[in-house]
Amino acid sequence: MSEPGAVLLDVTDLKKSFASPDGERMLIVDVPRFALAAGEQVAVRGASGSGKTTFLNLVAGILQADRGTIVLDGHTVTAMSESGRDRLRARTLGYVFQNFNLLQGYTALENVMLGMLFGVGVDATRARGLLERVGLSHRVDYRPSQLSIGQQQRVAVARALANRPKLVLADEPTGNLDQRHAGEALALIREVCRESGAALLLVSHDPAILASFDRSEDLTELNHAAAAHAAGTGGAQ
Amino acid sequence: MNLMSLVRRSLRQHALSSFVTIVSVGLAAGLTMSVFAINAQTYDAFTGGRVGFDAVLGARGSQLQLVLNTVFHLETSPGNIPWTLYKEIAGDSRVTLAIPYAVGDNYQGYRIVGTTPEMFTKFTYREGRGFVLKAGGRVFDETKKEAIVGHYVAGKLGLDVGSTFNPYHGLQFSERERHRDEYTVVAVMEPTNGPSDRVLWIPIEGIYRMSGHVLRGTGTVYRPSDDEAVPEEHREVSAVMLKLRNPQAGFLLNQTINQQGKIATLAWPIGRVMAELFDRIGWVSRILTMVAYLVVVVAAGSILASIYNTMNERRREFAILRALGARRTTVFSAIVLEASTITALGALLGFVVYGGILSAAFVIVRAQTGVVLDAFKFDPALWMTPVGMILLGALAGLVPAFKAYRTDVASNLTQLS
Repeated sequence: MSEPGAVLLDVTDLKKSFASPDGERMLIVDVPRFALAAGEQVAVRGASGSGKTTFLNLVAGILQADRGTIVLDGHTVTAMSESGRDRLRARTLGYVFQNFNLLQGYTALENVMLGMLFGVGVDATRARGLLERVGLSHRVDYRPSQLSIGQQQRVAVARALANRPKLVLADEPTGNLDQRHAGEALALIREVCRESGAALLLVSHDPAILASFDRSEDLTELNHAAAAHAAGTGGAQ
Repeated sequence: MNLMSLVRRSLRQHALSSFVTIVSVGLAAGLTMSVFAINAQTYDAFTGGRVGFDAVLGARGSQLQLVLNTVFHLETSPGNIPWTLYKEIAGDSRVTLAIPYAVGDNYQGYRIVGTTPEMFTKFTYREGRGFVLKAGGRVFDETKKEAIVGHYVAGKLGLDVGSTFNPYHGLQFSERERHRDEYTVVAVMEPTNGPSDRVLWIPIEGIYRMSGHVLRGTGTVYRPSDDEAVPEEHREVSAVMLKLRNPQAGFLLNQTINQQGKIATLAWPIGRVMAELFDRIGWVSRILTMVAYLVVVVAAGSILASIYNTMNERRREFAILRALGARRTTVFSAIVLEASTITALGALLGFVVYGGILSAAFVIVRAQTGVVLDAFKFDPALWMTPVGMILLGALAGLVPAFKAYRTDVASNLTQLS
């Protein structure tokens, strides 16, 4: 367990490129350095096309980096096998997606328990407690289609915390919400992360959200590939 | 919640296609089990020596026809042999029991067999088990027009002790062929679950004296009259049912009667004669088996298709599961488990189908031959088919499972930015 203040996530010289339809390699992520302390909450401003989701997927181990290192909670993600990254993701990370990515055939409670299935193990009581914490104790047996957008978002937050993660990644978590609900949702995410001691790496392009964080970064500056794209000077390798 | 929960949910989400696939697997499993089990049981029933006799002596001709006619009461008689031949074989030291049969009449399509009381006093159709008459019944008096009715016939025709009937001439029922003679039922047999249950037994003398019957034991026509005994030289029998002292006796009698003699045929051993019939019609069972295998392959294909068709809509689901930490092998296993579950449920349904098919076969075979198939008799197909189908189902699941395995998480979760 990382001590508060200790480095939880350390990204060094991270590069990721994809093949474009015409066969060219497009450099999408080129982050020389990024670090996050345990329990810290950081907002990253990422405009569309800045590689923010790719960056988060690299941190989550969903994508394999071409070069560079990612050290998460003492584990070098970039050196791990795919199944190793899967295991680490299940035990260390929570992920809140912009479109929530809830499984439609499952109830709110089951969605949260699914989050536990591959991590700490299914604990229905804890899952209910998490839903209660996000204000959905009366909707545990509802399916996503029976919930409002805001409620779905809260289920996604509860699911992200299901495995007692050390780091929660949030990709435009309020992107589908109106301003009032966005504010409430953000406050909830930050609060539950703080309560559980999880660090938060949140990506958004909403200035109001960015302004509410003590530390906010601009991905265009962090990600040299994005900067190059913005300047129209490259990206292709 | 575990991997099986994911499978259950998927089956529920795709309830219609899952149901159709389970039914098709059930039909395939049921059909396959039925083909094998019915094949095995009919083979056993007709060749397994449950008939109680070792050999049949009859007119020169086909051994198979002789056996079918006398043991299974099917087919026509190949002809008659003189009574003297019966007496001769009955006195042979190699023969422990010889019972004459005379056939040629029926009642409502059920065969009437003229025989001697020894059929009910000495004959055993299974080790230590002879024909048992129901309470209140007795063996017929050889000199009277009395009958003992097989259990199945009695049930079908509503005959009981005291019932009377008039035999009809020939082995096929025809209203115009009614004999004047009226027979009284003196006993109903307990079930033997064999061909004898479909027979009405009367004294052999009754066959000789049946109105319209003539005897040609001497080569000339003789019409028995009521006031005199039928001379032995005029008597004929359709066949003599034999129990032999040992297999060597059968071998020697076979030499004497079939290879050196010219007037009679010895059908021996009965099981071998029937096995030859099965060998001859073996192609039917081979075709049925091939059809069953084909249906199994089609069912496996339907499993593959039904799961594969859901793969596109489930790519996002797999991506989400992967994002939550599920490994590739986990989603792969979930699909294989789903395919196996479908086949397992189908196999369970297969037992219901098997029960249905076997019940129908039970009724048909019993009605046609009197032979009772044992629905509960264990056949290796009853475990090999379900296990084989589950393995085949799992195999069919490998293709969609591999597709799930290869699901790209990032691109299926959201657009790259």
